[in-house]
Amino acid sequence: MTAAPVPASPRPARRRPPAAWAWGALGILALCAVWELYKLIGPADGVVVAGTRILPRTSDLAMPHVWDMILRVLGGETRAASADPLWLVVAQAAVVTLGIAAAGLAIGAVVGVGLALAMLAFRPVRFGLLPWIVLSQTVPLIAFAPLVRSWGARIEIGAFAWQDGMSVAVIASYLAFFPIAVGALAGLDSPDRIHLELMRTYGVGWWRTLLALRLPAAVPYLLTALRLAAANAVVGAVVAEVSTGMQGGIGRMIIQFAGQASGDPAKAWAPIFGAIALGLVAAGSVALLGRLLQDYRRVEVSP
Amino acid sequence: MSDVTTTAAVRASGVEKVFPTRAGEVHALSDVNLTVAAGEFVSLIGPSGCGKSTLLRLIADLDEPTAGTLEVFGKSARRARLDQDYGIAFQQAGLLPWRTVADNVALPLQLHGVAPRARAARVAELLDMVGLADFADRFPDQLSGGMQQRVAIARALAERPNLLLMDEPFGALDEMTRERMQTELLRICAETGAAVVFVTHSIPEAVYLSDRVVVMSPRPGRISEIVTMRLDDTAGRTEDLREDAAYFEMITAVREALHGEAVVLRGVETR
Repeated sequence: MTAAPVPASPRPARRRPPAAWAWGALGILALCAVWELYKLIGPADGVVVAGTRILPRTSDLAMPHVWDMILRVLGGETRAASADPLWLVVAQAAVVTLGIAAAGLAIGAVVGVGLALAMLAFRPVRFGLLPWIVLSQTVPLIAFAPLVRSWGARIEIGAFAWQDGMSVAVIASYLAFFPIAVGALAGLDSPDRIHLELMRTYGVGWWRTLLALRLPAAVPYLLTALRLAAANAVVGAVVAEVSTGMQGGIGRMIIQFAGQASGDPAKAWAPIFGAIALGLVAAGSVALLGRLLQDYRRVEVSP
Repeated sequence: MSDVTTTAAVRASGVEKVFPTRAGEVHALSDVNLTVAAGEFVSLIGPSGCGKSTLLRLIADLDEPTAGTLEVFGKSARRARLDQDYGIAFQQAGLLPWRTVADNVALPLQLHGVAPRARAARVAELLDMVGLADFADRFPDQLSGGMQQRVAIARALAERPNLLLMDEPFGALDEMTRERMQTELLRICAETGAAVVFVTHSIPEAVYLSDRVVVMSPRPGRISEIVTMRLDDTAGRTEDLREDAAYFEMITAVREALHGEAVVLRGVETR
């Protein structure tokens, strides 16, 4: 007991200092400033290197002013007096996509953890399955999105009929399950030999060891995997909406408003901001979960 | 429980352990015969590769002997493990970082279905015993190495085992902490009456703690000598013993048992 390093409080405080928020806000302001600065001094036709445009045109069509985009979001969706404000329309679409992405993440989490458990329990499964899991991610999303939709359309059991949103959720889960399967397997495999042997000396079996040791030890790995999977699920949902032609979500809206960009350039940006907000909500939810599980993120320190 | 006090805690006869490796077989233990009486404190000492940790692992049923018989309280090592006849502590404390000190000590009780109230009472008792009652709600990463090791010892004692297996539990601690822990361990053993098999690298540690010191030598791992400590009963030993002439005599006896043969051998060996 060499001058026991005992902190004053039993749990370490992990409150984010106000400075962190200030830096975050400053980052957004800096991004706006760069945007406007480039628009002001950049060449009208953009920067073209070897026939490829690497920086966009600075016209109002390609790069609307920041304030124009903000004003446009606050205005009505169309010029009609009865139109809902654009932000509300975008938010509604975003909520639809968020719900689908969340469903996709949930399916991905169940499938991913299930696969990890199977790979943990049976060695041959691990060697047989892991290459396929890695390979699965090389199939391009747009290639199988229509397939999922057409397969889904054939499913009809009693009153249950397959919805377009379900296809999108399945495709989102296809992107989400991968980091979870890989991360969960690494996490479940992470306990030290000493801990595994300790469980053996207690004479407890595979399931008790799983619950008391492997699952808690996997939490930090799962949180990292979930963060990746949540981002994947959002991206997957947005792209799958486009590929399957689903209505009502933010992915479809991005395409739709982009088509109107020649007449209303600022409007096309609104659903893009909506998609960014989606990503932030997804990442924030995982961070919140991490806060709740912070005791599981402690690491062992050797004497 | 009466038979526990008369049955030997550990009885090994003709125990062999061979590990197959890519480079051929490694003879980790050869013809090990050893009896540890109930309540007795026995240390295993010897150079690296002498099989002292392997022997401990066999007693704990973490490995199985290749040949020979090994009994723990008259039962097979496996039965003794499943009956929770022993508690174990390793060189690393091996605490679960996401559990508080109290929850770590409670782990074996929880796994074996002890009711929450009885569990809490036992944990409080154990933390008192190792002097960590004020640290029940701390997490392992908030404790020093010595404190972590005391938590591990409390955990090993949770189910009142009659045998304590310890694999260099103080090996990673500094000298002063180590000496204090040794004295505490003797006090705890006197309180619990458990037999102890204690693996160590340190001659003074082995002498200070033990009733008998088992000296082992490598290639193949075997018992070369068993030195009985002609000292006070372990329960009566205090820090004063460290300056006692009898203590130094015993250190010399163990050192000679450990090196005497080896020195002669080294003279013959051509290196």
